[in-house]
Amino acid sequence: MILKNSMVLSVLTLVFAVGVSFGSHASHHEMEGNELAETTEEAIEKEFNAAEHALHHALDSYEFHFTDDIVIPLPVILWTDNGLVTFMSSEFHHDNDGHHIVERKGMKFVKFHEKIYQLEEGATAVAFDEEHHPTNAHKIILDFSLTKNAVTIFMVAILMLLVFFSAARFYKKGGVRAPRGIAGWVEPVVLFVNDVAKENIEGDKYKKFAPYLLTVFFFILFGNLLGLIPFLANPNMTGSISITLLLAMFTFIIQMVYSRKNFWGHIFAPPGVPVVLYPILIPIEIAGIFIKPAALMIRLFANITAGHIIVVSLISIIFVNQSAAWAGLSVPMTLFISTLEILVAFLQAYIFTMLSALFIGMAVETSHH
Amino acid sequence: MDIVTPAVGQIFWGGLVFLILLVLLAKFAWKPILGAVNDRERTINESLELAEKTKEEMKNLQAENEALLKEARAERDQMIKDAKEIASKMVNDAKDKAKEEANKVLVNARETINTEKAAAISELKTQVAAFSIEIAEKVVRRELAADDKQAALAKKLAEEINLN
Repeated sequence: MILKNSMVLSVLTLVFAVGVSFGSHASHHEMEGNELAETTEEAIEKEFNAAEHALHHALDSYEFHFTDDIVIPLPVILWTDNGLVTFMSSEFHHDNDGHHIVERKGMKFVKFHEKIYQLEEGATAVAFDEEHHPTNAHKIILDFSLTKNAVTIFMVAILMLLVFFSAARFYKKGGVRAPRGIAGWVEPVVLFVNDVAKENIEGDKYKKFAPYLLTVFFFILFGNLLGLIPFLANPNMTGSISITLLLAMFTFIIQMVYSRKNFWGHIFAPPGVPVVLYPILIPIEIAGIFIKPAALMIRLFANITAGHIIVVSLISIIFVNQSAAWAGLSVPMTLFISTLEILVAFLQAYIFTMLSALFIGMAVETSHH
Repeated sequence: MDIVTPAVGQIFWGGLVFLILLVLLAKFAWKPILGAVNDRERTINESLELAEKTKEEMKNLQAENEALLKEARAERDQMIKDAKEIASKMVNDAKDKAKEEANKVLVNARETINTEKAAAISELKTQVAAFSIEIAEKVVRRELAADDKQAALAKKLAEEINLN
């Protein structure tokens, strides 16, 4: 039931995200036409582009942008051909269009669309092609900067350590007592996730995987909720494809490492299937091994990113129409979606954990049911 | 599109932090929490079992108590009955004894009376005999005052002896 709902939700959000991205492309081209007369900045000032704004908001960033006046710069850490390069993101002076050049170790760096590019040897300014892609600069792949999302990961980790260590302190005191204080809040959820593991993983094996599932659940939940707190720069950590890729990879690796003969038997010799169908079924099953973690990755990414995009888009109604009166529509809708997003925060954490438990359970199963 | 392009930095930091977090939480949070909850579950189960057992025992004990009470009550009734019997027996015994005693006293009294009566009669007889002898003496003295009469008597007595 829940699975079906989440799939419907995922489809809806994907449709929405695609719609928004198309809108963004359309306006992008529109803007380029005007570029002859005015600079891009002026164009943005003149015409508020909601789609671009929303997408930009969902991206990672090199700074915590609370308001235009309150911006916390973050350290940029790059691994280049000439070794490690570090500087604060404030050196770009909030430039995001590749204009401001930072020079380190004889290399020139610019920030363009929330990515750091290194200018090619001899270039003094970024040149763009018709598609507005830089032609004489390349993206830095080994970019270990402590970006907004990276810092959020640390914040989530610290929050989790604080919450669960103080909860654990209650239990370490010993004796049989009803949970109180923070333990009273934490225990039902911990037991809930533990039960999810117990239900999906055969026998006593769940005990081996429960710590991973618990950590994943609360990591996603805390990340989701942290992104929903207004005025905290709304980091879209769990809506970042990098993080969902990472988490899905963990589940996939655990699945592969602990997989038993029974699991592979189901793939290469599906029971109860005529041998004639093997050529069709086996490739499907093999694809399924990879589709499952991919679905995990996309589901969480799409749900959380879509939530962020919807919230920003609804707020943007005011700015698109350039009238505060639209707040009468925009604010209640945003409030509604934000509340829904709290539900989604829990739901997606649950679904990711439950499916991870299911996949791991399938891999470690030794007997038929 | 940027939004679906994974970034090396985030994967690196995410992986590093997540693995450290997993190790720390598994050791210092999940283990104690789940361990304590398991312990508690076991304790609660044991307590419930014990309660059930105690209830059963209480039931048995109650039944036993009831039986004991019943027995005690029966015993008490028996005792009261016995006491009553003993009491009435004692009263009867006392009555019988008293009667016996009274009879004894009566018999004694009667015997004494008889003895006294016999004594009195015998004394009376002695007295009467003495009086009779005195009277007889006086009569004889007067009869034998004359000599002829003495001779007649002696003669008569002699005759009587001869006849025999």
